[in-house]
Amino acid sequence: MKSIEVKDLSLSFGTVEVLKKLNIDIGEGEFLVLLGPSGCGKSTLLNCIAGLLDVSGGQIFINGKNVTWAEPKDRGIGMVFQSYALYPQMTVRGNLSFGLKNQKVPKAEIEERILRVAEILQIGELLNRKPAALSGGQRQRVAIGRALVRDVDVFLFDEPLSNLDAKLRSELRVELKRLHNRLNNTMVYVTHDQIEALTLADRIAIMRDGVIQQLADPNTIYNRPTNLYVASFLGSPAMSFLTGEITKKGKVFTFDNTQIQLANYSGENDTLNDGPATLGVRPEHVTVHSKAIKGKTVKAKVELYEPMGSESLMWLDVEGQTISVLVKSEDVREKGSTAYLSFELSKASLFDKQSETRL
Amino acid sequence: MDTYKRPSQLFRNMSAKIASIPMVMTALVIFVGCTVWTITYSFTGSRLLPKLKWVGMKQYDRLFDTNRWVISIDNIIIYGICSLILSLTIGFILAALLDRKIRFENTFRSIFLYPFALSFIVTGLVWQWILNPQFGIQHVVREAGFLSFSFAPLQSNEYVIFGVLIAGIWQGSGLIMALMLAGLRGIDEDIWKATRIDGIPLWKTYIVVIIPMMRPVFVTALVLIASGIVRVYDLIVAQTNGGPGISSEVPAKYVYDKMFLSQNLGQGFAASTVMLLTVLVILIPWAYLEFGGRKQNG
Amino acid sequence: MADTDMATDFTGDHGPKPKKSISGRNIMLYGTLIVFAIYYLLPLYVMVVTSLKGMPEIRLGNIFAPPVEITFQPWVKAWSEACTGLNCDGLSRGFFNSVKILIPSVAISIVIASINGYALANWRFKGADVFFTILIFGAFIPYQVMIYPIVIILREMGLYGSIWGLVMVHTIFGMPILTLLFRNYFTSLPQELFKAARVDGAGFWGVFFKIMVPMSLPIFVVAMILQVTGIWNDFLFGVIYTKPASYPMTVQLNNIVNSVQGVKEYNVNMAATILTGLVPLVIYFVSGKLFVRGIAAGAVKG
Repeated sequence: MKSIEVKDLSLSFGTVEVLKKLNIDIGEGEFLVLLGPSGCGKSTLLNCIAGLLDVSGGQIFINGKNVTWAEPKDRGIGMVFQSYALYPQMTVRGNLSFGLKNQKVPKAEIEERILRVAEILQIGELLNRKPAALSGGQRQRVAIGRALVRDVDVFLFDEPLSNLDAKLRSELRVELKRLHNRLNNTMVYVTHDQIEALTLADRIAIMRDGVIQQLADPNTIYNRPTNLYVASFLGSPAMSFLTGEITKKGKVFTFDNTQIQLANYSGENDTLNDGPATLGVRPEHVTVHSKAIKGKTVKAKVELYEPMGSESLMWLDVEGQTISVLVKSEDVREKGSTAYLSFELSKASLFDKQSETRL
Repeated sequence: MDTYKRPSQLFRNMSAKIASIPMVMTALVIFVGCTVWTITYSFTGSRLLPKLKWVGMKQYDRLFDTNRWVISIDNIIIYGICSLILSLTIGFILAALLDRKIRFENTFRSIFLYPFALSFIVTGLVWQWILNPQFGIQHVVREAGFLSFSFAPLQSNEYVIFGVLIAGIWQGSGLIMALMLAGLRGIDEDIWKATRIDGIPLWKTYIVVIIPMMRPVFVTALVLIASGIVRVYDLIVAQTNGGPGISSEVPAKYVYDKMFLSQNLGQGFAASTVMLLTVLVILIPWAYLEFGGRKQNG
Repeated sequence: MADTDMATDFTGDHGPKPKKSISGRNIMLYGTLIVFAIYYLLPLYVMVVTSLKGMPEIRLGNIFAPPVEITFQPWVKAWSEACTGLNCDGLSRGFFNSVKILIPSVAISIVIASINGYALANWRFKGADVFFTILIFGAFIPYQVMIYPIVIILREMGLYGSIWGLVMVHTIFGMPILTLLFRNYFTSLPQELFKAARVDGAGFWGVFFKIMVPMSLPIFVVAMILQVTGIWNDFLFGVIYTKPASYPMTVQLNNIVNSVQGVKEYNVNMAATILTGLVPLVIYFVSGKLFVRGIAAGAVKG
């Protein structure tokens, strides 16, 4: 069964269209991540699902019920915010019970639910403290707890880890994953951090300008990005792009004097048409050789390298185009030296010059 | 319960609308309604009671033929220009001095600002006393041996408005100082460091760098002073009551007297309409500069 | 000022510590400040000194000299005996009138303005901004344009001349600044708190009373300072909308001091003046920074 269905959802502020006829179905128990740069509409979409923004058109269903115009409290959702949004004047217990009191849940049951959630999140000893006396990580735990006590099927997360430092962020990331495995609720998670998206998601929706670019599992998104935008947005260090032309009936990618054989390429269709295109290769899918191998390597000149600990990122020049390669730090070559590169074409992507979609 | 259809716009957010009724009523009935009413009745011959007996521009013709009104206008212009220049200058100088990391900054600031807590009535009465020629400054200086010393602005037809000005500046410049100080504190410390490294002299730093950066503060201060000037009333009533004779009359007092003392409502309405126009002349360019240029966001 | 040594003067302007040595510049700086301080302090000093002198001493001495013989008689007279026209029970009547006007005016205006500000910040409805813009513009309309129609409105409502009519007038004219103040404050609170409360099922009033008000104590204090000083110092509305029996303190003070009949008693006048200024002065010195924040918040647009 579908947990959340969004149909033709539009939202405009004045003349600015923030969401454009957006459709998305989220399955029960699914962990869906909405990923995109700031201003792409991902948080707006989440707020629409929560009922915190009035939509301009379209419908939203939660658990089969049309909730397009329902109040947030009546939608059966819990929500966790970036700034935690804990009520500063209430204790942790007060924060957890506020929603339940508004729902007129009996006192005994409130207490019972709070204790259960406190146990799951290990915040039992914090219950009588005020938010100001908590650390960032503890605050976010309480905020998650506030969503959990509502005992609902759908959880919405609006960049919940963005305000935490790097170490805490990775800790809580693991904890969220564990929580999802344990509770198996539907979770919709907004973030601009691709690591969070790749590690947490069952499926990722990449958004841009109020439109979903690609909705797929992390693996597909990473290896078979649907268009140039998704390819360049995802991956760190970023994908390199070479502009050129597909020639010889889809067999070879050519630019200037360089030719790359496309035999191993795994495309969206069985055949490739000749024409201008962009070849995208991730830095980890390029190998550096000392000597040329005929028909397999491309000649390049080392421009600079960035040490990143055990690995280094080398930037090379191939006939005026720049390409980056991830190598073991001991394999780094001198600036100005010549290197020969081979590409793992089964994991590369070709994009049409005009439409920028994957070929 | 399926809330399938978009609910009526009217009933959405109902509590907020009900809660805003006092604001809506104030905006519509008082600020728009009363203003329009007064403007309308300024074209009538109302005397003791408002009557819709149209007389065209007659009230305005009479207004500008009245010596007292012309003097009122002259006074407010002199007072306005002087008060604007002095308040801004004194306010800025005091703020700049206080911003020099001085000792007792809080004490000085409290001293400069406390008059602002006092009413114009209190202000007017105190300065009336200090400027009293029989006992005040003039008397003290003469006692000290300067027998020909003369300083009695409140008794002079010519200088009375400057006597009022001394009191007005005393009461209001502290506010401008506080605004300017807040503005100066808002300037990035790095700007000062940069000008120091560039070796720009202090006075030049203020004129070339700091004051232009404080443009919004100056504009706010300007609007505040200006809208205060148009309203000057209590101060005059307390300090001079328009005297000697009619030489320190101001428009606001003219309006009050015509409406409530001499039962000449039409004159009062016309005079107050002229006051409104003056404010609009100041306000509209400001509103345009402040809000017209950039997009409004909440 | 000595500006030429700027480049090498590392301990000078904006340095971490005030300079200890007495340089020419420091003399200028503190000298100017002290001259201005005298200008601002002089009236307060003269008021106090005059109010403690007897009339003979005032006639003979100079106004800046401290009293030879301290007497509190002028204060007593100002408070309970000074005459205004018909009655001779001093400023005390005006004081209590002002208190009677002040308390409901401050309470009602703050309640209404805080709700306005909250609705504008968090529950915007179509057209709300139009009314708000009118309100802010209204703050700049000279009162003189509106006073007479308000007389008619109050007369129709049967409130003209009563304290409640004046309370209403203070509520109306305090509304622009206070609404702006509260709106800006509520807008500055994290929006996510408001969203969280809505997900938790709190409605318009629930969010206001349980979340917003408990978080907004400082701004309520600022609003109170602003209103107490403003309403206490009001003269124009008091004189127009109340009857002589319920004149506020400022109006009574002016009537006492500027009354033409009788011999002028300057010491009583100054005692009355201080008495009238006492309430806002106490508020000013007690509230300190909050007062500055209040007037700055009231002054600077949103």
